[in-house]
Amino acid sequence: MDTQDQLKEFQQRIDNGEKIEPKDWMPERYRKQLTRIMSQHAHSEIVGMLPEGNWITRAPSLKRKLVLLAKVQDEAGHGLYLYSGTETLGVKRQELIEDYLYGNAKYSSIFNYPTLTYADICVIGWLVDGAAIVNQTMLAKSSYGPYSRANIRICKEESFHKKQGYEMLAKMADGTAEQKKMAQDAVNRWWWATLMMFGPHDTDSPNSAELIKWGVKTKTNDELRQHFVDRMVMEAEAIGIELPDPDLTYNEETGHWEFGDIPWDEFWSVVKGDGPMNRERIKARRKAYEEGEWVREAAKEYARKKRLQDEKAS
Amino acid sequence: MTENSTENTEWPLWEVFYQPKDGKPFEHAGSVHAADAEMALQNARDTYARRSEGIAFWVVPSDQIVASTPEDVGPFFDPANDKPYRHPQFYSVPRAVKKRK
Repeated sequence: MDTQDQLKEFQQRIDNGEKIEPKDWMPERYRKQLTRIMSQHAHSEIVGMLPEGNWITRAPSLKRKLVLLAKVQDEAGHGLYLYSGTETLGVKRQELIEDYLYGNAKYSSIFNYPTLTYADICVIGWLVDGAAIVNQTMLAKSSYGPYSRANIRICKEESFHKKQGYEMLAKMADGTAEQKKMAQDAVNRWWWATLMMFGPHDTDSPNSAELIKWGVKTKTNDELRQHFVDRMVMEAEAIGIELPDPDLTYNEETGHWEFGDIPWDEFWSVVKGDGPMNRERIKARRKAYEEGEWVREAAKEYARKKRLQDEKAS
Repeated sequence: MTENSTENTEWPLWEVFYQPKDGKPFEHAGSVHAADAEMALQNARDTYARRSEGIAFWVVPSDQIVASTPEDVGPFFDPANDKPYRHPQFYSVPRAVKKRK
């Protein structure tokens, strides 16, 4: 059991802005919460490869194909940094992955939407990666050392993702009437789902207060969402794209853009597994994991044989 | 774990250290899973040096790392402040020498 003294000392360290490292004492609940959010973050990066991977063969040019390949490879890398960080909490990666594929571990609901046209790839770069950067820049200041360091690495790469998306969307919005329509249509379909990426309102978010008290997160869902909206309004305007919200109004006093009601019913239904692509995504991940089993075993066997050979030779 | 859980086919865990530049000390990057050392190096490269973050790698089986514990902080790292003669500030230099500099 965690004692009051230990908890007090721990809170003191957090309040002093110290980083917590894997071998330090931490409350059981801190460890649990971190395992939960870090592994969810890792799963999200991995599942995020699917909607984009879908378009690698159909990218409109060789350059765009190369960009998309590099981006999808980055997502895999981000997943690995995060799994590596999560393992410092004393859990096995295989357990995390099995809990994700066969248990009830969650991942970001945004990846349960389909990518219908190539414009969706542009919008994912601009909006989805844009939202991810806002979130991850905050998490790079997290109180847990390995999580903070993983996010610092991720942020360095994420800005490439966002920029390539924004650049492509700008080109499309500046193109033929048909291209412009395609770009606008994709933004219309992704806008609200992106705002949901920051999670429920602070008042409906059961874990937020605790995560902030412990410095795992340093800003609330609503604060991050507002920051994101303020930026995106400006960026959308710059390329002649409209955001699909008739209630968007600038508040002179606060200096922020006020926005309409987020369709939370849809959010909860996607979180509960009833989004347009939930079942397909998990099915694809399971297939990859199960069909890759022989590769994992073969590599192990190859390493074992090589070791025996080396021993014989010496 | 669930009924679908297979037996442990997980490759061993390796800690990865990289040298950012010639002459710089090695830094911890994170870890990778790999069947053997050669594969650990390859995975380390793919995971931690996609944008020329380093020029050299060390990979070490994670269970081979021996680390101090947080409780060691006090005595283990005692800077021996009772031995001030170890530090240059302990010694005085004639004023004249300082001025001439």
